[in-house]
Amino acid sequence: MATISRSSRLDVATIRRDFPILETGIAYLDSANTSQRPRQVTDAMLDYFQRYNSNIHRAAYKIAEEATERYEGTREKVRAFINASSTKEIIYTRGTTEAINLVAYSWGRKNIKKGDLIVLTILDHHSNIVPWQILAAANGATIEYVDIDERGELRLDQFYELLKRSPKLVAFSQVSNALGTINPASEMVAAAKKAGATVLVDGAQGAPHQGVDVQALGCDFYAFSGHKMLGPTGAGILYGRRALLEAMDPFMSGGDMIKTVRVEGTTYHDLPWKFEAGTQAIGEVIGLGAAVDYLSGLGMEAVRAHEREITEYAYESLSDIEGLTLYGPPPSRRAGVISFALAGIHPHDLATIADRDQVCLRAGHHCAMPLMTRLGVVATARASFYVYTQKDEVDRLVGSIKEAQRIFK
Amino acid sequence: MSSTAADDQFYREYILDHYKNPRNFGRLENPDISHEEDNPLCGDVIGMDFRVKDGVIEDVRFHGRGCAISQASASLLTERLKGISLDEAKKIGKEDVLGELGIQISPARIKCALLSLKVLKVGAYGLAGDDEDGE
Repeated sequence: MATISRSSRLDVATIRRDFPILETGIAYLDSANTSQRPRQVTDAMLDYFQRYNSNIHRAAYKIAEEATERYEGTREKVRAFINASSTKEIIYTRGTTEAINLVAYSWGRKNIKKGDLIVLTILDHHSNIVPWQILAAANGATIEYVDIDERGELRLDQFYELLKRSPKLVAFSQVSNALGTINPASEMVAAAKKAGATVLVDGAQGAPHQGVDVQALGCDFYAFSGHKMLGPTGAGILYGRRALLEAMDPFMSGGDMIKTVRVEGTTYHDLPWKFEAGTQAIGEVIGLGAAVDYLSGLGMEAVRAHEREITEYAYESLSDIEGLTLYGPPPSRRAGVISFALAGIHPHDLATIADRDQVCLRAGHHCAMPLMTRLGVVATARASFYVYTQKDEVDRLVGSIKEAQRIFK
Repeated sequence: MSSTAADDQFYREYILDHYKNPRNFGRLENPDISHEEDNPLCGDVIGMDFRVKDGVIEDVRFHGRGCAISQASASLLTERLKGISLDEAKKIGKEDVLGELGIQISPARIKCALLSLKVLKVGAYGLAGDDEDGE
């Protein structure tokens, strides 16, 4: 039971009442994969589907006006949430993956040339690796990966060495999804910008847990997903600096992204709609707006403080278990993600045994196979936390681990 | 909250035995057939080496790392393959492999259970691997 001692502290017991799924008795420890959604989000979506479902931007009746207003309203909420200077810089995508693909296609094909260097990190998620590999292969660029040290933190010495080679693009994650490592994003962006690079920050694990101020961070692009921050799947965000977005060609093309179409040719719509072709995920975008409201209401500092408390508790609880190896940095420098391995027990087997106790755990490579290779493992088990996670769920995880050790002894 | 009986049903003694003491584990020198497949879910890899004479599998070994289900399944399969003809081996289907494991495999783990069969099918007689994914 959470008690409110400071206003900046989350009242977890109250928060949990907003998440009907938690009443099923599950201990949901997979929020880095996808978060749960509170009633406020699903209600907002249901309200759209049941009361004013209609298409945006083109109909001349009241419910369509409301749909357009709420759809565009999310843009302002997101702008404020990440402190972008204009809603023109907020592009709706299906999620982080699509956002990064958009940049790789629309910016990358035009700007990455033969012999150019792209700098990524070994911590990155496949979605921040594969689009650049495809681009590099198509345009003849090379990719270098910043390695990690023994604690799972980026080798900044190596990063600075690579910057001396004047990379055209630097792309890295704010927070590692597999290890929880919080990268020194401000420092890295500043150095990369100074070296003349265009910088993309993958905020899939950053925006939901730390928040971001894109102007203070100074990056050129910032990508994140709604479904990892209490919103629905199918709605995510690409932030891009306006000058860059203006100069980019569309990613997808078709309806709604145009000004005029004639048989001789087409003029594109203004920002941000130039990048939003076809009928959009309207209900999902409205749900994302409700998720941003919910998180803003809690305050990102309080969210971070709660996750840190749970992560410290989990880190200590797991450290006490014999035969358990923890990966990644100490809790003070990681987000609410703990990756670990048990001697003699495959993560899949642990996940299956945990599932019998209704403990939802991720087992696998976490879409970070280069990192797994670097760590010398095939897979890890991963527990991840969010605003609704409480300590007794960590205790249940410990129980499942001990049960697995009993079975496999 | 714990459901010990169900766990023990799933992780039966002989499954754990095959996991901890896999039969026919290792490599063959100069195998006639050698093939590896990976489980896209978790990156686990299982490989098999075969020595075949006059259409009969004289010897077989498997290697790789994986969960108890994939390792036990591979171990059981190698026991079954030793000494039978490739034609007989071709008749082994996923029902046989799952039957041999003798436990209820959840949809999430079916790829683990059938990984070794995929190695056999693709490696030993060149079938496309996707038909045994069990989805």
